[in-house]
Amino acid sequence: MSAPLLEIKDLHVAVDGTEILHGLSLTVNAGEVHAIMGTNGSGKSTLTKVIAGHPDYEVTKGDVLYQGKSILENEPEERACAGIFLAFQYPVEVPGVSNMYFLRSALNAQRKSRGEAELSGAEFIELVKEKAKLVDIDSGLLNRSVNEGFSGGEKKRNEIFQLAMLAPTLAILDETDSGLDIDALKTVADGVNSMRDAARAFLLVTHYQRLLNYIEPDRVHVLLDGRIVKSGGKDLALQLEDKGYAWIEQETATA
Amino acid sequence: MAEQNESIQALAEQEYKHGWTSNVDADQLPPGLSEDIVRAISAKKNEPEWLTEWRLRAYRHWLKMTEPDWQKPKHAKIEYDKIIYYSAPKKKPTVSSLDEVDPELLETFEKLGISLDEQKRLSGVAVDAVFDSVSVKTTFREELSKQGIVFCSFSEAVADHPELVKKYLGSVVPYTDNYFATLNSAVFSDGSFCYIPPGVRCPMELSTYFRINSAGTGQFERTLLIADEGAYVSYLEGCTAPQRDENQLHAAVVELVALKGAHIKYSTVQNWYPGDKDGKGGVYNFVTKRGMASENAKVSWTQVETGSAITWKYPSCVLKGDNSVGEFYSVALTRDCQMADTGTKMIHIGKNTRSTIISKGISAGRGDQTYRGLVQIMPRATGARNYSVCDSLLLGSQCGAHTVPYIESGNSSAVIEHEASTSKISDEQIFFLRQRGLSEEDAVSMIVNGFCKDVLSELPMEFAVEAQKLLGVKLEGAVG
Ligand SMILES: Nc1ncnc2c1ncn2[C@@H]1O[C@H](COP(=O)(O)OP(=O)(O)OP(=O)(O)O)[C@@H](O)[C@H]1O
Ligand SMILES: [Mg+2]
Repeated sequence: MSAPLLEIKDLHVAVDGTEILHGLSLTVNAGEVHAIMGTNGSGKSTLTKVIAGHPDYEVTKGDVLYQGKSILENEPEERACAGIFLAFQYPVEVPGVSNMYFLRSALNAQRKSRGEAELSGAEFIELVKEKAKLVDIDSGLLNRSVNEGFSGGEKKRNEIFQLAMLAPTLAILDETDSGLDIDALKTVADGVNSMRDAARAFLLVTHYQRLLNYIEPDRVHVLLDGRIVKSGGKDLALQLEDKGYAWIEQETATA
Repeated sequence: MAEQNESIQALAEQEYKHGWTSNVDADQLPPGLSEDIVRAISAKKNEPEWLTEWRLRAYRHWLKMTEPDWQKPKHAKIEYDKIIYYSAPKKKPTVSSLDEVDPELLETFEKLGISLDEQKRLSGVAVDAVFDSVSVKTTFREELSKQGIVFCSFSEAVADHPELVKKYLGSVVPYTDNYFATLNSAVFSDGSFCYIPPGVRCPMELSTYFRINSAGTGQFERTLLIADEGAYVSYLEGCTAPQRDENQLHAAVVELVALKGAHIKYSTVQNWYPGDKDGKGGVYNFVTKRGMASENAKVSWTQVETGSAITWKYPSCVLKGDNSVGEFYSVALTRDCQMADTGTKMIHIGKNTRSTIISKGISAGRGDQTYRGLVQIMPRATGARNYSVCDSLLLGSQCGAHTVPYIESGNSSAVIEHEASTSKISDEQIFFLRQRGLSEEDAVSMIVNGFCKDVLSELPMEFAVEAQKLLGVKLEGAVG
């Protein structure tokens, strides 16, 4: 049996000297969809950024293996080129840089690192058309500067568009469902579902079980205070929706 | 993190690409300045009596002036007695065909990516190349002359079109204007000249490439562009210099004359040697550039300033005619120990005159820059309007940016808007772009190019691409 796609072992992470993740372990196999839920400030975004290699987050203990190899020494762009994608909770604006130019540069940088030929202008446009349709993004947005002046929902949709364009092996979505209207939520879910396959895995950070109605997860994990304190099937999300987190906090405290 | 900083450090030490010198035999005057030197320069160029006299008047005036010191970047004392004021490649300075050009010189320009061979040139761009003090070769001249366009070296213009030179030389920047312009008026050795006849739209980009080669020489070129009534011309200058430990003075003058309804677009991509990373050597780029706009005329300056130890210049527009328009688009990048004090002056004299200023300053390392701009509305300039935006982007924490706008309004109907911002390049933007697969340098370059977009889009297409690449190269290793 081959190694899991992502294996996080006893991960301790600090930012500015404060430890935020206190020994987190998680295994995600290719083909699976895992959901991560948890209270505000519990460390969900921290986890996603550490996997992506954000330089502000310091791993003080533990390891992150991707396709069987530790990636802690790899630069963010190396991880991206190896197929790790993060849809940000708060996408940033890059004024003056057109979405299309940015995406083409990113895609070609990734192709180049894999030894593939760069896409020609025409090939790129074809791909854009196909993926724009898939995630139902307005072509007006594509020609504007990256996220500049986009509404909250438009920024999220743009993240999903980038996901579709870059077709990563491990897709991490940090609250991509927050701020989306019902129709947009469905479109995003359809986009994700259409990308599900045996070689690809998804890590979905969400506060709402609603998303999981559309994207059925294989596993649901509860992150509290920097640790995964409970894992289960999709029913766990329903329970959380119903009862909140207090009962798990109690369970953990007494355990 | 520490490791990352080291690699950035290594890249920061990357060298100036145009820092080589050419072994071209030079015909030089001895260093130092005197009436005899001024006369000798004039004699070498077979100039008419009136021009020799004009130079001498300038020289005498210069002796009475003192060097200004109000600018922010302070520089080492310039020893005017040690500068060589005239240096020319020894082979015949004026050439009529490429066969007569010193092959070493041709190679120099080839290395710079400027082919003087008309067959090989990008179509649509005519080039005048100035090496040290002398114009080496002007391409496409015949084709242009069919439409009555004159595009040649300044010396040739003096010989072939004395009436135009006499009429317009000093008409925009008088020889008494300022210390460096006055010095230039006394000793200028060559430069480009261009005249577009009434109603003619110049069919190609005109461009001049300047290169300082000899050690100890100053470069004092003079450019005069005249667009007659209703004419249009787009003109671009590019500059490089070899790497030398001493500072070299570049004190040029550019005069633009836009007659009734004419439009002159003047672009600069400046990449003089900036000195090493500790601030040793580099070009002092002290230049006077000014355009005069008659009724309904338009003068647009676009500059991308990436080189020089010190850049000190204010390309300006004198909006003399009613309804005339002035524009200034600028990107200035300073890193390591580079300094810049640059901006523009918009002098509104005519009614309903309009001006736009878009300035983008980028500082990295210990780079320091000042935007200094004057918007002056004269009492008769009823209905004048100005819009200014000055944005600064800081890369790192040791650099500085300052904005010094001067606004003088002598007419209550004037509308003047000024916006300014200073921002730091954000780590979150860089991380976002890297997360999508771009290297840190490409990420920074992309953010900076986005920041400069409103200026770069004003450049002629092929030069916009060149300027983007130049900014990318200049930024290498600038973050961290
Ligand atoms: N750069 C930082 N400096 C200091 N504290 C930080 C920093 N980044 C995150 N934290 C802290 O770490 C904790 C975890 O933050 P994180 O963003 O991972 O939470 P989250 O689970 O994603 O929350 P939410 O559901 O609100 O998005 C918070 O208490 C936060 O304030
Ligand atoms: Mg979060």
